Amino acid sequence: MTKAPKRFNPDRDVAPWTGPMRRYDIAKEVTICFLVVAVLTVGLAVVFSSPDDKAVTLQQWASATPVDFATTAIAELDGTSGTAGYGGPYNTASPGQSILGVSPSTIIGVHIPVDAAKDFVLSPVAALPDDPLAQQALRSYRSATSTQRATWDAAYETAIASQAASYRDGHLVVPLGNYGPVGVIVNALTQMARSGALDATMLTEQRFFSTDFTKPLLFLSDGNYLANKAAIDHLQGDQWGMMNETGSWPGQAWLWLYTMWYQVPGLSTSPNADLQVWAIMMVLTVVLACIPLIPGLRSIPRWTRVYRLIWRAHYAAKP
Amino acid sequence: MTSTPNATNWTGALRRSAERALPPEKLLPESQPSYVASWIYVFGALTMAALGIIIATGFVLAIMGPTWWHHSSTGHFINSMHLWSVELFFAFMVIHLWGKFFMAAWRGNRVLTWASGVVTFVISIATAFTGYLSQTNYDSQWIATQAKDGINATGGGALFNVLNFGQMLMWHITLLPLGVGILVVLHVLLVRHRGVVPPFAETKDGAK
Repeated sequence: MTKAPKRFNPDRDVAPWTGPMRRYDIAKEVTICFLVVAVLTVGLAVVFSSPDDKAVTLQQWASATPVDFATTAIAELDGTSGTAGYGGPYNTASPGQSILGVSPSTIIGVHIPVDAAKDFVLSPVAALPDDPLAQQALRSYRSATSTQRATWDAAYETAIASQAASYRDGHLVVPLGNYGPVGVIVNALTQMARSGALDATMLTEQRFFSTDFTKPLLFLSDGNYLANKAAIDHLQGDQWGMMNETGSWPGQAWLWLYTMWYQVPGLSTSPNADLQVWAIMMVLTVVLACIPLIPGLRSIPRWTRVYRLIWRAHYAAKP
Repeated sequence: MTSTPNATNWTGALRRSAERALPPEKLLPESQPSYVASWIYVFGALTMAALGIIIATGFVLAIMGPTWWHHSSTGHFINSMHLWSVELFFAFMVIHLWGKFFMAAWRGNRVLTWASGVVTFVISIATAFTGYLSQTNYDSQWIATQAKDGINATGGGALFNVLNFGQMLMWHITLLPLGVGILVVLHVLLVRHRGVVPPFAETKDGAK
């Protein structure tokens, strides 16, 4: 039995070209293109340069907005910060985002362990051997029951949130309350950050070489300083932030579709927005790669007839 | 002494197969079908030209180190060239992609050519993204802290930690450019192997 020949499909098949040929110098085209792009690139670099806003440090944050820094520190200590309640891959505090009841981050589990209270507050303060008051406060805090620690944390959180909280004469000043040693600990951490010592301590963590900024960046992103700066630069998520650049430079414009989904009502407020947007983008990417195999989609070029513009000389020459 | 072709020799079989698929006159032709006469055809070459500038400026930045450009005016200029060549690369690539879409350039056994182009586009986005993470400035801090949530939600953050500068730099200057390079070579070889897709055959009522 012989196989029947496939019926010709204009969206899949072509007839072999039997028409005329024309001279075409690919090497010359590529060389000219390279020179044009080189000149264009140099011109754009000379005229527009490129942005370079200095990295934000913990020192800068604690110096500019010490109360916000202290507020973030107590949130790390009592487990109410973004990082403390994040979930995978940092901890198990949250079930993670899910689609159809499946949470990939929970399945993958904890691979980059972060204990916000220990890593961002307690361990750095413990690295201050010349501050006996802070060491005494740490011992009291660590030896207290979890109920007692929670009471102190909550009391300090209320105190630092009050309008009267400020930073004066080298110290955080907050209304009196039953916060035990927590005030001393947060104050010591704030002063450590303002001196610049916290940046070094969090990065090196007893290693001389380090290129991993996970912990300092998580701590920074839990506060408002980084986000407020981003809002001024139109970089927030609801400002199409991922595709923008600091200043007026073009950013990653090719991320427009990914960023767009975060502006869509429903997705913009969904607790599973990140996973949903990634799922949508994965599906769309597979569809784009598979367009030649998808009936209907692969016919769009033939239906729209934009190809007549591209090959207008060819069609004009046809009888 | 003369040698005779050996059917079981892998090297010879590979060479003969390569010669069949891409004889020199097909790899570097001096003529093209008459329909290859539109500015849209230039955008593929422009994309490769921009990639060449990206690689050249990237080499300089890699040789001098990731923070050199913050304190050297020459470094800043090279970084600016790197940035603008990336912007041009994507602009040319997207125009190339749309052009090929409206030509239905996958016709005539060219599905792999289309798919390799799409995958190159996606890997290029990942390469540019890790470049933004490797700037060692405020922009890279902000992008890292924002992007982590999406990648962590997929479970990918365990292996691809956008907050780890060292890891992102290695992806940016080794693994991802290698992927883009291999895919671009494959894509170009496929284009040369299959040739440029012909126009739709038309009747007076439209394409048939």
